[in-house]
Amino acid sequence: MTTHSWDAIVIGAGHNGLVCAQRLAAAGQRVLVVEAADSVGGFAAPREFAPGFKTTVAAQWVHQFSDGLARELELERHGLTWAKRNVATTVVSPERCVTDASGAVTGVSTADASAWASLSTRLARFGKFMSALHHTSPPRLGTTRFEDTWSLLKLGLRLRLLGRREMREFLRIAGMNVYDLATDEIVDPLLQALLAMDATLGSNFGPRAPGTVLTLLSRRANESTTQGGYSLPVGGPAALAAALAKAAEAAGVTVRMGTPVAGIAVENDRVAGVDLANGERLIAPRVVSSVDPRQTFLSLLGTQHLDTGFVRRVDHFRQRGITAKLHLALDGLPTFTHLNPEQLGHRLLVASSLDQIELAFNASKYGEVSSRPVLEISIPTIHDPSLAPTGRHVLTAVVNYCAYDTQSDLSSARADLLRNTLAVLETVAPGVGRQIVASELLLPKDLEHVCRISGGHWHHGDLAFDQYLMVRPFPGAAQYDSPLDGLHLCGAGSHPGGGLTGLPGRLAAERILRKRA
Amino acid sequence: MSTTSDYPSPPHFRKPLLETPFHARARELSQIDQFVPWAGYSTVDVFTTMEQEYFAIRNAATLYDLTPMVKYRVTGADAERYLNRLVTRDMRKLRAGRVSYVVWCNDDGHIIDDGTVFRFSDTDFRICTAERQLDWFLDSAIGFDVRVEEITSQVAALSVQGPTSCYVLKKFGLAGVEQLKPFEFREFDASGRTLMVSRTGFTGDLGYEVWMRPEHALAIWDELMLAGRTRGIRAIGSQALNLARIEAGFLMPNVDFISAEHTIRMHRERTPLELGLGWLVDLDKPHFNGRRALVRQKAAGLQRMLVGLDIAGNKPAHNALLYASPKDEKECGFVTSAMWSPTCKRNIALAILDAPHFEMGRRVHADIYLHRELVWERRMVTATVVERPFFAPDRRRLTPPADR
Repeated sequence: MTTHSWDAIVIGAGHNGLVCAQRLAAAGQRVLVVEAADSVGGFAAPREFAPGFKTTVAAQWVHQFSDGLARELELERHGLTWAKRNVATTVVSPERCVTDASGAVTGVSTADASAWASLSTRLARFGKFMSALHHTSPPRLGTTRFEDTWSLLKLGLRLRLLGRREMREFLRIAGMNVYDLATDEIVDPLLQALLAMDATLGSNFGPRAPGTVLTLLSRRANESTTQGGYSLPVGGPAALAAALAKAAEAAGVTVRMGTPVAGIAVENDRVAGVDLANGERLIAPRVVSSVDPRQTFLSLLGTQHLDTGFVRRVDHFRQRGITAKLHLALDGLPTFTHLNPEQLGHRLLVASSLDQIELAFNASKYGEVSSRPVLEISIPTIHDPSLAPTGRHVLTAVVNYCAYDTQSDLSSARADLLRNTLAVLETVAPGVGRQIVASELLLPKDLEHVCRISGGHWHHGDLAFDQYLMVRPFPGAAQYDSPLDGLHLCGAGSHPGGGLTGLPGRLAAERILRKRA
Repeated sequence: MSTTSDYPSPPHFRKPLLETPFHARARELSQIDQFVPWAGYSTVDVFTTMEQEYFAIRNAATLYDLTPMVKYRVTGADAERYLNRLVTRDMRKLRAGRVSYVVWCNDDGHIIDDGTVFRFSDTDFRICTAERQLDWFLDSAIGFDVRVEEITSQVAALSVQGPTSCYVLKKFGLAGVEQLKPFEFREFDASGRTLMVSRTGFTGDLGYEVWMRPEHALAIWDELMLAGRTRGIRAIGSQALNLARIEAGFLMPNVDFISAEHTIRMHRERTPLELGLGWLVDLDKPHFNGRRALVRQKAAGLQRMLVGLDIAGNKPAHNALLYASPKDEKECGFVTSAMWSPTCKRNIALAILDAPHFEMGRRVHADIYLHRELVWERRMVTATVVERPFFAPDRRRLTPPADR
């Protein structure tokens, strides 16, 4: 009998990799996590973009990580503390602002306020229905296994339990685009923009793209599992990754940093371990990849171990990011024309209307950067001053949109988008440009490079009907398996997708443990 | 990975079929104007009569225009690795200057097509197939340093088959062609024109395939006809060739199996194991398309298999349903190709039989319908599962071959 040093090797210490490793180790497996970077977190890794100014590479908030999973992993015992919970969202334009605190909205007509309240309630209810889906392995279609049939039956039953009217409403809107939903329900352009931003952030979509209500519901599904709403840990979202790493190590996981993987080793048509870039081979009967599916199969495994039809599906998986990330170091707190000091600490959306988002999106279709980008802003230093030198502030923004393959070269695309983004900022916060001490803009190609995620996509791949549930990322690799024995996926490319949820990692671990049983 | 299309301009929509470089001769020699389309080209089905042409294959020498055969050139550092992942045979064992008969499968182990691979060097190969495969070949190239290029119209080809074919080629001027062993190929000089000759064919008989530049096509056709005049050479169409290939036990795509890319209904696809082509499948070589599915099928056992049948009587069992017992309501298989073999003096067929009826020596019953002057008659006759090929003369392997 061959003895292995490890029962499983997890590639990548992103939050899903760490959750998966922790769950496996908690079940008694000997688990090693190998991470190419020098810090854990992946998209949620810490980044000091200017001396003394700290942020997290991609994530700005923690709002989709379920309270149940946080308790299971005892994250608070492992150092997770909150600087601020239940942060409200404020949409700001050069003319005015609208604030939403869990469905209670201020700054709009009473008709819109009540329409918004009832829409929020409804979306939350549908989200709760979908969150059950996000907490189970998606059923396989066309099998005769009891487990799959039972999952489908439960899905149908839960849908029916929404009640006849609500079920019909769910089925009516689930396939719609968010532009139509927003214009059907709401009149206020800023509120419409809020809905559309939530539906499109991080994905390859404008508000009119089919399936954008699905992405919205998927986000609400994950949000429904936490009481905390938009939250900021002390140290920023990177602190969540650090706590996950501590939890994993406490469960017995070994995490090796600065250890890039060159490839997945195959012997006798099954996984033998991983080959490191330094030539070392680590032996394990299971390799669990939290890296995106494209890189896992095409780069790390290699197409010679796969069938052409499967490779075709890998190649067609839509995983090109069109979202950039802005980091600004400011010499003081910026002043927004229409925001009071309390609102400044909110999650700020800069978007005036559905059409502005759609127009911003158009650029990305033609290999360009938006001339008037839309932004999701956070000023984390308001809640956690430790992220910047005393008296100074950090302003970060998710910037939509930037084509993955820009027509112009990367550095001029970066300069163009930075100029356009600062111009937009100036319209809502005049004078902010003069406060900038240092700045950094990460385009999708930069994120690809920094986080080693091919495509630089925030969710490792668009969340769309044909890349969701039992077909995420694609047939043959759904349910956290792969065509090769011993190789599993546990990243955001797997069900239920992206966001700081930890769910793909947890479900992958459950799948692997069930397989062993 | 890259490719080029080799068609300079598409054919006119009023005349959509292309003409091969031999088309002028085909027109002249065709007595009954019986042409059929093949892979986008106009080709001859029968020149005079099918029987006359068939007997020329078995008793003399024949010319068959092979140009529409789809040809791909595969080049690059990973060419061997690429092909080894594409097809079920071990391409590492194929030496330069040799040809291999291969099939390739999809992920489920179902056959997409069959064809031949020519190895020129470690980095230069040619694949010849019945149908266009560029889409599959290009997608199979993802992750390999290889270039796939269609060269169908750049290479004209003639199949020279029959017991006197070697004599014809020698007389034509190919000194040393008699030294070619089966499945070998090499270049020859014919009065300053470079030809490639392979000892391959679809007849199961002594025969060669001659590959040339299109501009030399007509002159070479004329010279071969002249060289073979005393050896009974004759141009043949696809029908006569089809008879010869059934005797040789070769499979015809879309007759004996349907490409997995074209099937719509469930269970119409075939794996190589089901087609009796297990000898082409090397489960011990590195991973190839469909391997995991074929390993599973081999472990689970076959539900059906293609076999040769020896059928009582002399009435060809075209499209016959097969029954385990003459009284059965439900058939246990069906004939895909059938003929009365004049050379073997046997009534033969290729058929798909359900398990366990495909075992060697097993007897089933063929339900044959005969159309006799507008009246349908029916015969239920016994059929025995037998070895393929039905006809395999020693001369197909003899090197050097006899002159007549």
